[in-house]
Amino acid sequence: MESKSLEEILREHPFLQGFKPEHIRKMAEMALEVQFARDQIIFREGQESGLFFLILSGKVALEVSAPGRILRVQTLEAGEELGWSSVLGEGGKHFQARSLETVRALAFEGARLRQACEQDPSFGYALMRQLLRVVAERLQATRLQLLDLYAPRAAKLI
Amino acid sequence: MSAAAEKILATTLARVVAVERETHDTFTLSVTPVEGEPPEPFQPGQFSMVYVFGVGELPISISGDPADTERLVYTVRSVGQATHALVSRKPGDVIGVRGPFGTAWPVKEARGKDVLIVAGGIGLAPLRPVIYHVLRNRDDYVRLIVLYGARSPRDLLYRKQLAEWGRAPDTQVLVTVDYGGLSWRGHVGVVTTLFRQLRLHPAETVAFICGPEIMMRYVIRMLEARGVAPQDIYLSMERNMKCGAGFCGHCQLGPYFVCKDGPVFSYRQMQPWLDLHEL
Amino acid sequence: MSEPDAKRGTAVWVSRAGLNQLIANLKAQGYQVVGPRIADGAIVYDAIEGISDLPSGWTEQQEAGTYRLRRRDDDALFGYNLGPQSWKKFLHPPLLRFFAAERNNGELRILPSTEPAPRYALLGVRACELAAIQVLDRVFLKDAFVEPNYASRRRDLVVIAVQCTRAAPTCFCRSMGTGPAVRSGFDVALTELGEGFVAQAGTERGEQLLGSVERAPADEELIRQAQEAVEQAAAQMVRRIETQDLARRLQEALESPHWDDVARRCLACGNCTMVCPTCFCTTVEDTSNVRGNRAERWRKWDSCFTESFSYIHGGSVRTSVRSRYRQWLTHKLSWWVDQFDMFGCVGCGRCITWCPAGIDLTQEVSKLVASG
Repeated sequence: MESKSLEEILREHPFLQGFKPEHIRKMAEMALEVQFARDQIIFREGQESGLFFLILSGKVALEVSAPGRILRVQTLEAGEELGWSSVLGEGGKHFQARSLETVRALAFEGARLRQACEQDPSFGYALMRQLLRVVAERLQATRLQLLDLYAPRAAKLI
Repeated sequence: MSAAAEKILATTLARVVAVERETHDTFTLSVTPVEGEPPEPFQPGQFSMVYVFGVGELPISISGDPADTERLVYTVRSVGQATHALVSRKPGDVIGVRGPFGTAWPVKEARGKDVLIVAGGIGLAPLRPVIYHVLRNRDDYVRLIVLYGARSPRDLLYRKQLAEWGRAPDTQVLVTVDYGGLSWRGHVGVVTTLFRQLRLHPAETVAFICGPEIMMRYVIRMLEARGVAPQDIYLSMERNMKCGAGFCGHCQLGPYFVCKDGPVFSYRQMQPWLDLHEL
Repeated sequence: MSEPDAKRGTAVWVSRAGLNQLIANLKAQGYQVVGPRIADGAIVYDAIEGISDLPSGWTEQQEAGTYRLRRRDDDALFGYNLGPQSWKKFLHPPLLRFFAAERNNGELRILPSTEPAPRYALLGVRACELAAIQVLDRVFLKDAFVEPNYASRRRDLVVIAVQCTRAAPTCFCRSMGTGPAVRSGFDVALTELGEGFVAQAGTERGEQLLGSVERAPADEELIRQAQEAVEQAAAQMVRRIETQDLARRLQEALESPHWDDVARRCLACGNCTMVCPTCFCTTVEDTSNVRGNRAERWRKWDSCFTESFSYIHGGSVRTSVRSRYRQWLTHKLSWWVDQFDMFGCVGCGRCITWCPAGIDLTQEVSKLVASG
């Protein structure tokens, strides 16, 4: 796929809403189109995958393993982001990611994104700002999830 | 005094004609009056005061089809002594019913628009009559979108119907659970995470929300951020109720009696009071 | 001697004997006459047979958290202001059986209630209490639904009002616009002067009642004395609530730190709600017999000061005393206006007298409004 059509794809992805054209171009230069078959492990918990994904189609589950079972804590779909911690580049993955159906995505190497941020602070700001938005959304959803609102005695947690 | 006024506090005996198990703790009961008249017609969102012999009376939303004039249908989650006694009724048993009480989801005002339903947990029960109504009067509405969140896959109500509704024309049904296992291939995440998959036309949308209060507040924030006006957002409030008619005082919420001014309120009505702790 | 007309708008003089006759006539008509009498160290409202049951020569001393019966230096029959009880105990009984039900072989039967509602004649209703009955009328008769139990007791009610000629230090009816002069809602209004009463009918029934007892014309001097006595009560009033814009100002004070201050003193005992003549909240209790084939539902007065009052599955909405005191006060003086276009407080001051912590509604309101 040529970088021009990648640019178009990127322009439509919610993550890059409000990005300047040159920033989108920069992202396109770093993007690699990837595809995962159903039930493929995209990365494992603890693994230093180093990749950040923008999902184009399909559904990914974030999983955590507990003795005797695997819990699915979140699913991500087209238009969402996967592996944001790779952009920070610190430590391994906190969850395992598994494709629940065929997944198409754009992959970015975390190290390259960080390098680009440092070289071009204006790009860096735009990227970090969007990333913060994603993290804030996840944090809010996680807090809500923690409240276990539908449990019979939800208000009696403490 | 009119006969209707006398009837406000008088319970009507009704026989349980069917009990359906929805989940491990939730059951749907269908009842029909023991004698005489069919039950009083109800509007989507209204509730009855349901009496169980020797145990007490409970406010229960009507979860059936408003076009079904023969029966009253209640979906009840067993969370305490009284609800446990109610869901333990068997076909043939007799209970008492008063009502219907309270305000309704404004299905008439929503004509010509997209109807967005956001439900959490047992909160889908008082909204099911809206879904029946919209599907029965499909031409009156544009899109029907149902967002439904539950704790886990085993807590999902009306699973078969959710699948059926999803196949209806111009209908989008998105289901999510807070916690999923390996066998659950659907969405995982709180109900607000479903908004990423929606394309809303905020000016053409009427939203009906029912679920735990915290969940409703979060959903309202999502809707406001997407430009849906407070007067187009409706929510159903829960408060302690003993009478259903504004006499017992228990259900007060600021200027309102939830039993007669609600349970369905527009967000514009509820906006000043919703975030006030312990009001 | 030709007796004067007892038409509305015309004051007449009725002696104590005349009042006794009026009570006897009401009883003969099948009314249960209830009025003030002494019991348990207080003035209470209970059945009376004649004027000898009235608290002749008694008055009371009231202050925040204080109530004591005191002897008067005369033998006035209505020389007190208010005891702990209000007339709501007759119109909206503290305990009422909704129904009894029987269960046999899975079949349920609601047993018909056979008790007819009592016909009450209330004697000694003060201006603030008349206002309180009008508040209850608004809540139970003039809203979306009619409360049948209240309606059946209210329908044939006879009200003999007595104007206050003194004010307790806890009274603030003047600022609430409800007293001390009575204006409407009575069949007969009395003003006690020495050995008798200046009496006036307020309804056709009141005209009949006055018309059937011994009476004399009330001259201008007597009427002037009666007016002055009521004005004296008004002048004695020390407490007040500024009602101007009060409903809105309290809503602006919902997050005031002063609620925490009250909460430190409030015991959440609910006394204020029990003595309040307009507090109408109730709960329901279900009882069943040992065999489990008979059950009853009883309605009881309830108080928004209990934690269970606001219970919904998962917990109570109002767990803190702060929030429960706030609910009570803002309901009386703010939400009530939204709900019923009137205040839920008539200025009787009972909540001040009967608060074991001596919390003074009038003071709390002025502090809240100042802090909002």
